[in-house]
Amino acid sequence: MSGPKTLFDKIWDSHVVDVQEDGTCLLYIDRHLVHEVTSPQAFAGLRAAGRKVHRPETVLAVPDHNVPTTDRSRGIPDPTSRIQVETLRRNCAEFGITLFDMDDVRQGIVHVIGPEQGFTLPGTIVVCGDSHTSTHGAFGALAFGIGTSEVEHVLATQTLLQKRPKTMRILVVGELGFGVSAKDVILGIIGRIGTAGGTGHVIEYAGPVIEALSMEGRMTVCNMSIEAGARAGLVAPDGKTFAWLRGRPMAPKGALWEQAVAYWRTLPSDPGARYDREVVIDASELEPMVTWGTSPQDVVPITGRVPDPARERDEKRRAAMERALAYMGLEPGMPMEEIRIDKVFIGSCTNARLEDLRAAAEVVRKSGLEVAPNVQALVVPGSGLVKHQAEEEGLDRIFVEAGFEWREPGCSMCLAMNADRLQPGERCASTSNRNFEGRQGKGGRTHLMSPAMAAAAALTGRLTDVRKLVA
Amino acid sequence: MQPFRKLTGIAAPLPLVNVDTDQIIPAKWLKTIERTGLGRGLFESLRYREDGSENPDFVLNREPYRRAVILITGENFGCGSSREHAPWALLDFGIRCIIAPSFADIFFNNCFKNGILPIVLPQETVDLLMHEAESAPEPVFTVDLEEQLVQRPSGNEPIRFEVDPFKRQCLLEGLDDIGLTLQKLAKIEAFERSQRLQQPWLWPSAA
Ligand code: SF4
Repeated sequence: MSGPKTLFDKIWDSHVVDVQEDGTCLLYIDRHLVHEVTSPQAFAGLRAAGRKVHRPETVLAVPDHNVPTTDRSRGIPDPTSRIQVETLRRNCAEFGITLFDMDDVRQGIVHVIGPEQGFTLPGTIVVCGDSHTSTHGAFGALAFGIGTSEVEHVLATQTLLQKRPKTMRILVVGELGFGVSAKDVILGIIGRIGTAGGTGHVIEYAGPVIEALSMEGRMTVCNMSIEAGARAGLVAPDGKTFAWLRGRPMAPKGALWEQAVAYWRTLPSDPGARYDREVVIDASELEPMVTWGTSPQDVVPITGRVPDPARERDEKRRAAMERALAYMGLEPGMPMEEIRIDKVFIGSCTNARLEDLRAAAEVVRKSGLEVAPNVQALVVPGSGLVKHQAEEEGLDRIFVEAGFEWREPGCSMCLAMNADRLQPGERCASTSNRNFEGRQGKGGRTHLMSPAMAAAAALTGRLTDVRKLVA
Repeated sequence: MQPFRKLTGIAAPLPLVNVDTDQIIPAKWLKTIERTGLGRGLFESLRYREDGSENPDFVLNREPYRRAVILITGENFGCGSSREHAPWALLDFGIRCIIAPSFADIFFNNCFKNGILPIVLPQETVDLLMHEAESAPEPVFTVDLEEQLVQRPSGNEPIRFEVDPFKRQCLLEGLDDIGLTLQKLAKIEAFERSQRLQQPWLWPSAA
């Protein structure tokens, strides 16, 4: 294909090893992240077939979903979690894969540590047996989640069979208002296009608002591409990307770095490149957003109210809304700011990087308030290195003195595979990415929002417009 | 992988939209290191009550749907995580075909890797099939992958469906894609030699 190309086209075309008659491509995979939950059956498959890992040096493994976020000196109490983490350890040793184990300061959520180490690089294809692999797209990498059979396929062959997806550009114009963050941008986008809006597509986020975001902010946006149904999300690499990656342990050095940057500069979409679909979002209209239902598209501004299913014309949609409200224990028309909460979770691969923790700590510091009585608030850094750096900056003290719990890194209450979970009926202000029924514990109720908004909720005990606390 | 050619059996109607992977199989079931045994956790929160007893209202707890091998459901089925435990749980329960107006991408791919056929049909057609699954005295359907047809209990005209030709072939023959791909090892190695020259920074050992 000649003519102007998109960023996606450039990455895709440079990774095609073979094309079958029906157009299915065999794509080369540069980087593969592995965690304990979606890999055991893949390694077992390799072993059963007597196969090796094709290029072990392109694989990085970490336990994150099952790890305790409290004292780790006694290991993992839950036997099934422990077996999964031990299995990962054994598999990595057997197949020669680098592992950041539980006691390694570099351990953390797989999508936080990849970029942090410079393992994720522009122009590459990155995969992981995890849907939020889309996070790495913030660096101009084509990054997508795969199932366990595909994990095994990549381990054995360094390739994947894929059909070329469609492309979509989301242009975010305008300017972010006070108190509005990257999380509000992506929640706003999902509210607009829906959780199936990006199905079959790779989204490129572009425009002045995306360019102005920090790398952390871009990761937050790309992270939730999957909540919009997309295969992957991408942002063109620029000076900010290169500055962020420079000097990271696994990033190229010296002459190789210069050569890499020269190539990376050729990656952004050419002027006039065509997308299958374009959407324009005016960010100036966005406010801090919160979800009210059990799908990430069930989102309203914090100044809004719980919507009324009776006003929904589509019958299936109305039934889904009624079901969501019943599950969430909410009444139509209720102001969002009146919703009381029991727990707060600041963490996950969406919002557990240093900038997120800084934003939350800033709200605590400026407001001078403490965590409301009867509220339990967890801060779970995305990696050991994030935790360490936050401590250097004194963020841990701000949190702890205000009554937050300062935890060890991992997925934690994002999906409740470890001990951190909601009890039935409990309501949580969460910076994670999914508010599905039971996601944070059976019967638990999740409201998604930004780190600053979650901090505000912790301090007042209800969903709160953070702009009022820090004005 | 078990080949998929022709499947005859009960179809269960599940008229919900956006059924996510956390609903199909909750996270606590993901701690297994096996592929089998997940059928018990399938749709756990819909299927069982608080005390662990079966919820008699849920379709898969009712006769004849307990024996379902086909599921007919709403749009965007399988959205959410990449967990292959979702198709493993469906398979372990006995479901080998899912019919819906649309599927989430990763789930859709994962089905094929496990010998499950996901069929996309227009909403009106799915509504029609759903109705037959609900009302037929013996809601037995036949899904014929070779002919690409769904035969319905009413005996009315069979419904034709489309499927990616390569994926169809793999299902029909029960092919292991890794074996197929390894036959192309020479091409993969040629790609690697060229990438190593052009993008040496991706090949640390070349430095
Ligand atoms: S933090 Fe949550 S979404 Fe991210 S990888 Fe862990 S479980 Fe998945």
